[in-house]
Amino acid sequence: MQILQLKETVAFMKYRKIAMVFSALLMIAAITSLTVNKLNFGLDFTGGTLIEVGFEQAADLQKLRQLMQDNNHNDAKVQFYGSSRDVVIRLGLREDVKAEMLGNEILAILEKGTGQKVDMRRIEFVGASVGDELAEQGGLAMLTALICILVYVAFRFEWRFAVGSVIALFHDVLLTLGLFSILGLEFDLTVLAAILAVIGYSLNDTIVVSDRIRENFRKIRDTLPEEIINISLTQTLSRTFITSITTILVLAALFFKGGALIHGFASALLFGVFVGTYSSIYVASLVALSLGISREDLIPEVIEKEGAEQEEMMP
Amino acid sequence: MLNRYPLWKTLMVALLVALGALYATPNLYGEDPAVQVSGLRGVEANIATLDTIKGHLSDNNIDYASIVLEKGQVLTRFKNTEDQLKARDVLDDNLGKKYSVALNLTPATPDWLAAIGGTPMKLGLDLSGGVSFLMEVNMKEAINKAKTAMVADFRGDLRNEKIRYRSVKEDGDVIAVKFRKVEDLDVGESLLKKRYRDLLFNTDEDTLTLTAQMTEVKLKEIREYALQQNITIIRNRVNELGVAEPLVQRQGKKHIVIELPGVQDTAKAKEILNATATIEFRLVDTEGDLSAAINGRIPPSSILLTDKNGKPTLLKKRIMLTGDHITDAKSGFDEYSRPQVNISLDSSGGSKMSNGTKSNIGKPMATVFIEYKPTDRRDPEGNIIFEKVQEVISVATIQARLGKSFRITGSGSPAEAHNLALLLRAGALIAPIAIVEERTVGPTLGAENVQLGFQAIMMGFGLVFIFMIIYYRAFGVVANLALGANLVLIIGIMSMIPGATLTLPGMAGIVLTVGMAVDANVLIFERIREEIREGKTIQQAIHQGYDAAFSTIIDANITTLIAALILFAVGTGPVKGFAVTLSIGILTSMFTSVVGTRAVVNAIWGGKSLKKLSI
Repeated sequence: MQILQLKETVAFMKYRKIAMVFSALLMIAAITSLTVNKLNFGLDFTGGTLIEVGFEQAADLQKLRQLMQDNNHNDAKVQFYGSSRDVVIRLGLREDVKAEMLGNEILAILEKGTGQKVDMRRIEFVGASVGDELAEQGGLAMLTALICILVYVAFRFEWRFAVGSVIALFHDVLLTLGLFSILGLEFDLTVLAAILAVIGYSLNDTIVVSDRIRENFRKIRDTLPEEIINISLTQTLSRTFITSITTILVLAALFFKGGALIHGFASALLFGVFVGTYSSIYVASLVALSLGISREDLIPEVIEKEGAEQEEMMP
Repeated sequence: MLNRYPLWKTLMVALLVALGALYATPNLYGEDPAVQVSGLRGVEANIATLDTIKGHLSDNNIDYASIVLEKGQVLTRFKNTEDQLKARDVLDDNLGKKYSVALNLTPATPDWLAAIGGTPMKLGLDLSGGVSFLMEVNMKEAINKAKTAMVADFRGDLRNEKIRYRSVKEDGDVIAVKFRKVEDLDVGESLLKKRYRDLLFNTDEDTLTLTAQMTEVKLKEIREYALQQNITIIRNRVNELGVAEPLVQRQGKKHIVIELPGVQDTAKAKEILNATATIEFRLVDTEGDLSAAINGRIPPSSILLTDKNGKPTLLKKRIMLTGDHITDAKSGFDEYSRPQVNISLDSSGGSKMSNGTKSNIGKPMATVFIEYKPTDRRDPEGNIIFEKVQEVISVATIQARLGKSFRITGSGSPAEAHNLALLLRAGALIAPIAIVEERTVGPTLGAENVQLGFQAIMMGFGLVFIFMIIYYRAFGVVANLALGANLVLIIGIMSMIPGATLTLPGMAGIVLTVGMAVDANVLIFERIREEIREGKTIQQAIHQGYDAAFSTIIDANITTLIAALILFAVGTGPVKGFAVTLSIGILTSMFTSVVGTRAVVNAIWGGKSLKKLSI
C-alpha cells in the first residue's frame, strides 16, 4: 500500500514566502500570548500544595469550595480531575511554618465535612525555592540541548543546516509553548519532558531531510539549490508522513488511555509532532536555502580522481 | 548479488534478544506478601533472630512460605496477606524495640532466575504508591556551627600553651584573636598556623590581632560533611519508621531525597524527619539576679531561657555537654511512675559530663531542648531561614557525679518523653534541614497508573502493528518482529540495571519509543521501494536500502539521544524515568530495526533471486 504516489517533484519552495509569513505570524502570536497570558505554570514550578482525592459518589464542587472557605482556605481551587468522583484541590504557598502539613489537614477537613470516606490519591507539596530551581534547570536543559545539537549538526553536516535545524527547533518549542499559553493548559515537569522529546522528534525529521538534500547535492549536478531541495523533500515526504502517522497513533493511545496525569504530556507531544513535521519541511530547509546553501558547501574536500582538477582547468 | 549475513551475526542477534527476554521474564511473576525484620541502631539480625522469629510464628500457628537471613535482615514470605498481617502483629509485639518490623512485597522470582541475577523492574513511587520527600540542608548554619566550634578550639589551644590573649571572637567571615603583646601574637600565630593548616591567617601588628579565615576547600568540606551526616541521621530516622526498602540519597549540593514506598500515614513520617532537635546541658546561674535579667540586665556570662510554660530561668552560657555525644535515649518510668528519659553518652561525652558535674554536686542543671524550625522566609541567597527555638525542658539537681549514662525526669507526659527519646536517639544534627518538597501517591492511584500505562503501551503497540502490516505487508511483519524484540529488550535492560526505575512518564517513554522506533524501518523500506522504482534488482534494492538509510538513522538517533541524555542529567524523579526509557529505547531500537530486521530479511529473501517483493 502507498499513501502518496508522487510522480513529479512537488515545488515546495515555490510557496516559501507564504510559509515564511505563516510561520512568522504563528510565532508572533505565540510570543504575544506568552507575554500577555504567560504560561499556566503547574505546582512543580510555582510551589504550593495539591491534594487529589477520590469520593465514593460524585462530588459536589460547590459544597467542597464552601467547606474550604469555612476553614480559612480562601485561596483553594477545587476542580474535577478526570471524573466527577475525582477532585483536585490546589493551595498556594503559605507563610505558615508547617506548610507541608497542609495536605493532611485538608484531608481531615474533607472527611469531617462530607461525612464520606475520602480516598487519598495523591498529595504534592513543593516549596518556593524548588520551583525556581526547576524553572532555571529546565530552561538551562533546553538551552544545553539546543547548543549540543547545533554543534553536532554543524560537525556532521554544515553550519547552514545546523542553523536551519536549530531555528526549526526553536520554532517548534515556541509554538508548543504558545499553544499551552493560549489554551491555558497547565505547564508542569512532564510537559517540559515532552517538549524535550519534541526537540528530539523534530530533529529526527530535520536530519532525515537534510541528509537527503546533502546526498542529492552530491548526486545531481547542474541543478539549482531550490530544485534540489524540492526533489529531496518530495523523496522523503512519504517517509515523513508515515513516521508522523505511527507516532500520532501511539500518542493518541497515550492521550486517550494514559489517564489524566499524562494528558499534558501527550497534548504537548501531539502538537509538537504536527509542528515538527511542518518545520522540517519548511523551516529548516528554508533557512538553509536562505543562507545560501550550495553544492560546493556539501562536497567533501577530497579529490576523487587524481588529476581531475587539472582536466577541468585545461582549455 | 545476494544478501547474506554470516551465521555468527544472525546468532548474535538471536542470542541478544533471547538474553533480553530471559531477564524480562521476572516481570511476569507476581509478588509475595512478606515481613521484613531489620535491626535498629547498629543491631543486626542474625541466626538467633531467625530462630526467634521461627519460634514466634510456629507458636502462633502462622504458616510461612520461606524465611531467609540476608544482609542483616530476616525476610519471611507468606502465602497470603492475612498470614502476613498476623505475623507482623505477632513479631512487632514480641521482638521489642531493637528491631523494626515492616510489611513488604517481595518479587516471586523463581530461584533459578534469581540465581542468574534476574529481578523485576523497580517501580517508581507514582506506580507503587508511597511518599517521597526532598529535604534541604541549611548550609549557613553548618558553617556557623563550625565557626563557633573553632572559637572554642582556639581558646583551648592558647590556654593549654599558656599564651595570653585578650579575646577570641567571630567577626563576620573571620575569627579574630586579640593579644596583649607582640610576642604573644607571634607565638600564637605560629601555634595556630601549625595546628590549622586549612585556614588562612593574617596578622595586624598595630591592633595585635590575628585573623583566621576558612579556605574554600575547608568550606566545601564542611558542607559535604553536613550533608553526609544528615544523610546518616536520616537513614537512622527512616529505619525507626519501619519501612521496607526506603531510599535515602543525596541530590545535588544541599538536597536529600527520601523515598518511602507504601507509606500512607505521612504525618508521622514528616514529624520525625522534620524536627531537627538537639539537646544541651547547662548549669543554672544561681548567683545571677533573675528579676534583673528579666528586665534586660542579663549577666555577661549567662543567658535567659524559658520553659514550655514561659517560666524564665537564668543559665550559664558555658555549655556542659552537647547532644552529639548522645548514643542512646530511651523513655520509661522512674520509681515514682513519672516519665523519664534515660540517656547514654559516648566516652568523651561521659568524661565531659563527669568533669562538669564533679564540682557542682547539689547545684541545679538544666536540659535545654533546641529545635530549628524551618520558616517560609528566605535570605537573599534563596536559603531557607531557620528559627532557633530554645526551651528549658527540665531543671534537675545534680545528685551525684554523672557519667556515661544518666536520666532526666520531668520532661512532661509519657508521650512527650517517648518522642524526646526518639528524637535524641536519632542523633544530633550538625545542620538543620527542612522538607522543601513532598509527593504522596495513594495505593489506588498507583495501581491505576500501572494499569493505564500498560493499556496505553498495548494500544499504541497494537495500532502501529496493524498499520505496518497494512502498509508494508510482509516487510511490515518483519518490522513488527523488531518492534516486539525492542519492547522485550527495553524491559530486559530496565530489569537488569539496578538503579533504573519505571515511572508513569517512563511508560509514556516506552509508548513514544514504539512509535518512533518504526521510523528506522520506514526509512529503510521507503528507500528499498525507491530503489526498486529506479529499476534496481530486488537484491540490489535491499542492499542499497539498508546502506543508504544507515547514516541517516544514526544521525537522527544520536541527536534524539542527546536530548534524552540532557533530560536525564537535569530531570528528577518521574521525569528521569522518562529519560531512562527513552534513551534505552533509542539504543535498542537502532539495534533491532537495523541489525535485527536485516537478519530476518536476509534469511527470508536474501538468498534467492526475486522478481517481486512484498513491500
